[in-house]
Amino acid sequence: MKVLLSWLREFAPVEGPPEGIAEELSDLGLAVEDMVTFAEAPAGIVVARVAGLRPHPDADRIQLVDVDAGDGEPRQVCCGAFNMSVGDLVPLATVGTTMPGGLEIRRRKMRGRLSEGMLCSAAELDMGSDAEGIMILPADLEPGDDLTAALGVAGDVLFDLEVNPNRPDALSVVGVARDLAARRGVPFELPEVRVETSGAPAGESASVEILAPDLCGRFSVRLLRNAPGARTPPRLARRLLALGMRPINFVVDISNYVMLEIGQPSHAFDAALVPDGLLRVRRADDGEQVETLDGVRRTLSAGDGVIADASDVAIGIAGVMGGASTEISAETEVVLLEAAWWNPPDIARTSRRLGLRSEASARFEAGVDPEIAPWALERFAELAAAGGVTLAPELVQAHGDVPSRRPVRVRTGRVNALLGTALTAGEMRACLEPIGFEIVPARAEPTAASPRSYPGEVWDVTVPSWRPDSSTEIDVIEEVGRLWSYSRIARTVSKSPHPGGLTDRQRARRRVHEALAGFGLMEAMPLPFLAPGDLERCGLPPDGITVTNPLVAEESVMRTSLRPGLLKSVAYNAARRQPGVALFEIGHVHWPGDGELPDEGDHVAVALAGREAPAAAALWERLRRAIPFVPTDVRNEATAGLHPTRSAVLVAGGEMVGVLGEIDPAVAEAFGIGERVAWLECDLARLLESHVDSPGYRPPSRYPSSDVDLAFVLGDAVPAAAVGTALRRAAGDTLVSLHLFDVFRDAERLGPDRRSVAWRLRLQSADRTLTDAEVGEIRAACITAATTAGATLRE
Amino acid sequence: MSAGVPDAVALAADARSCTEAALAAIADAADVAALAAVRPELLGKGSPLSGLRRRLGSLAPAARPAAGRALSEALAAVEARYTERLDELRAAERRAQLEAERLDLTELHEPPPVGRLHVITQTQRRLEDVFCAMGYTVAEGPEIETEWHNFGALNFPPGHPARDMYDTLYVDHGSPGSTLLRTHTSPVQVRVMQTRPPPLYVVAPGRCYRQDTADATHMPVFHQIEGLVVDEGITLGDLAGAIETFTTAYFGPGFTSRLRPSYFPFTEPSAEFDVQRPDGTWLELGGSGMVHPSVLEVCGVDPERWSGFAFGFGIDRLAMLRYGIDDLRDLWTNDVSFLEQF
Repeated sequence: MKVLLSWLREFAPVEGPPEGIAEELSDLGLAVEDMVTFAEAPAGIVVARVAGLRPHPDADRIQLVDVDAGDGEPRQVCCGAFNMSVGDLVPLATVGTTMPGGLEIRRRKMRGRLSEGMLCSAAELDMGSDAEGIMILPADLEPGDDLTAALGVAGDVLFDLEVNPNRPDALSVVGVARDLAARRGVPFELPEVRVETSGAPAGESASVEILAPDLCGRFSVRLLRNAPGARTPPRLARRLLALGMRPINFVVDISNYVMLEIGQPSHAFDAALVPDGLLRVRRADDGEQVETLDGVRRTLSAGDGVIADASDVAIGIAGVMGGASTEISAETEVVLLEAAWWNPPDIARTSRRLGLRSEASARFEAGVDPEIAPWALERFAELAAAGGVTLAPELVQAHGDVPSRRPVRVRTGRVNALLGTALTAGEMRACLEPIGFEIVPARAEPTAASPRSYPGEVWDVTVPSWRPDSSTEIDVIEEVGRLWSYSRIARTVSKSPHPGGLTDRQRARRRVHEALAGFGLMEAMPLPFLAPGDLERCGLPPDGITVTNPLVAEESVMRTSLRPGLLKSVAYNAARRQPGVALFEIGHVHWPGDGELPDEGDHVAVALAGREAPAAAALWERLRRAIPFVPTDVRNEATAGLHPTRSAVLVAGGEMVGVLGEIDPAVAEAFGIGERVAWLECDLARLLESHVDSPGYRPPSRYPSSDVDLAFVLGDAVPAAAVGTALRRAAGDTLVSLHLFDVFRDAERLGPDRRSVAWRLRLQSADRTLTDAEVGEIRAACITAATTAGATLRE
Repeated sequence: MSAGVPDAVALAADARSCTEAALAAIADAADVAALAAVRPELLGKGSPLSGLRRRLGSLAPAARPAAGRALSEALAAVEARYTERLDELRAAERRAQLEAERLDLTELHEPPPVGRLHVITQTQRRLEDVFCAMGYTVAEGPEIETEWHNFGALNFPPGHPARDMYDTLYVDHGSPGSTLLRTHTSPVQVRVMQTRPPPLYVVAPGRCYRQDTADATHMPVFHQIEGLVVDEGITLGDLAGAIETFTTAYFGPGFTSRLRPSYFPFTEPSAEFDVQRPDGTWLELGGSGMVHPSVLEVCGVDPERWSGFAFGFGIDRLAMLRYGIDDLRDLWTNDVSFLEQF
């Protein structure tokens, strides 16, 4: 919402520097996104009429413009903008002018053609932010007029405000002025409209009907005679222009002006084209068509609102856009001017469905003041009177349903209790009354429940019609805070009665992050979305949850595994001559599930480019030692998408909680990866399920330890881990470490498909020196156990 | 022993020649091993010098003390020389060995890579740590959410225009439109209030989604952190105080904050919060407000007894500001030449 300071001052005496006003507006919740002070145009800039437009014979991006600067001398100007038409008035910097930026305008040739001056954009003149095209001036100016004098906006200030959706009242100059005046403690007044009426009463030739009262709360019509022909009053046209609205014609310009001023959109029908002067509001039939003002034939659906004529033909779309068939033209003599209140959700739905958003629909969606239509129509007539338009007596209107407003019960003690203030009832009144909230002491009987009572007064507050957002006590409390100013509320710090901090699980997850980074891995963060087919490319089942409304197909599937993302990252780096990357990720994955929500969990995955499967197994072992995960076994097993003879599953409590090994070379190739990739992925939540932060420890023994080395021959079908587990179990409590330290194959000595695996067991008792006999017994038990597990002692 | 020469004189002469021979042998030893090898011959019990002691008995008693003393001195002199020579040889050997071990320590091979946490993880941790120190705990919630938790419970009725502010991505689960990728971390507020009794002092960091085309300042996925406090007597002043404490703790001294009225369906009064840098410029950081009484009620918290505030802001933006990263997409490409810098 853009407002001009001069316009605000028509409603409230807001003095002082514009910077201060901007601060106040922001502090009131009307954030100032941009502030432009209109400079005086430099001497030498005059109004000029475009007399002719010709292409430049030797340049595509500039054209030749013949201009009439009022002095009778034809001039040719080269111009790089193409937004003007013959007959438009434009600002011309004549030869000799020094522009605000310091550029001096000289007579010069551009690509061989003479240019006598420069046509200017608003930005070049410091008169706005529009640098795109040449500024098109109001049609009532005369060529040769000094621009500053002609525009009359020099020194004015434009504020571009960000208005929140709960503040439809602030989508108008009046609404902004009301807030500012209240903050300043200066009077605000909505002026009386002074307009004479004449001729036959409107009711004789116009009538209205509302067949959809839930759609239209009010439909008001005034009849105006001697309609267009006139020029838009210059002051109005200049303001519209300053706010970036191009003047169009008398009726549209005034309608826009009134909308900007009070927030009520209006629409003009050519009365001659409306049979019997009857306007009927109803819901559209499904498939009903209407041609809108922009010449487009629109197909409506059953929920949309229309304005129909006496033969029930739709002649406009309610609150969104008027129809072409009743559009006013140069021949129009009598105008039916309509202002309505539409149910906001209906307008929102229709404008969204049709993709038609206008200044008017935006205001109806937010909720206009249901009481303001008569004022707005008279204000239109008052402004139009300057063009000879006369107003017929009588307001013709019909009413539908407007949401009923009840007074709001407000406890002044609760206002202070929620704001953290100690305001008196008088101070609160001083915030609320200037913005139209009316306060009376509450009548004795309490409201429905029995809310908590607070010291202080209890009020019944009547909220003004222009504040549809305000309907409960908390809404009124917010208004007190807003007008009092959030910045005046003392900052306090409430203390949590509990200690803060992370949970054990959160701390454990941080330890996983730190362990992996400590192993030299970099944490990656691939996009969590997948393209259709990504999971299949990884050799995984295509059961990712789909996004129903993605912008691009590459972002239409949710991941069930971190694999596609990390493989894409490996490929991305390899393609940039960064092979051999070591990456990890911890992130959410999702699977279809039967619950209210799909299944979701935290995974951890590691990709070691340029490394083979054992690197993943070793990394898992390091990670397992670093973090007290639930006990997990590694089992050789072909698993989807991994190298079938170099993969294993991680099993905890009989369930698979992860995989490790090497990416199947075919999968790597599908991702454009030429390297081997060692891979580990597990369900982090499951691994941390029984995580305890301090699981206890074993004090170092003061007694000497004994080492026992045992080498076995294992068939390839016997996993080393199975023998290791058997040794561990057989060695019992005195085993302090078990290290696999040697593996070799020798087909001649050991036979084919067999290898020798050697372990070193370190034995130590906590309370005595182990005897040779004890060590010997343990050694024998280990050999027996390993033999049972499928190993043969290598003598 | 030569006849005619008095025994004492002869003994002294022999001692002298033995000493000279010993000193010469010491001087001749080229290294520690050679020196050690000659020690028994020079200083051992069978050494010539020691052997001379046996002749003391044949001397006149009066001459014995002086001769004995002379022999002891000779032995001591050889011993001293031996030790001196040993030290010299050891020092020389050490010098030779150290010199042989000389290395150029600037001759560096590429070390194994240094692991890193992602800049977003680091930023999120800094934020979590600041709030934990302020007495908050960290809560988490699902990224795929019900429409009710994301909107309905937060006071966005169906068709509410404020829903348009969120370009929501929906997923194929349950009835159409019932399940979505959360557009903010605020549904965690609902889950926390539904499962834990007040007082609550909680932050909820996490990933959020929206229908957006990736460019330098937009991504369809981003990270937010949400704060929620529910307790007796919580005021808007407490919100302002919490924001100010956080601002100083996270950004440092010299930074300050302000609240400006704003609008969110799930808070009232609502406020934007801005941070002022020491140079006076402002940074719009996030949204906040007092938890709306309807939201408290929906979550089973009595709004007449309890009140609360909530706030939320973007983690990605803070990371970008801290390091001067100017393209949001860089956070997601995983180029190691980017990752290794943080």
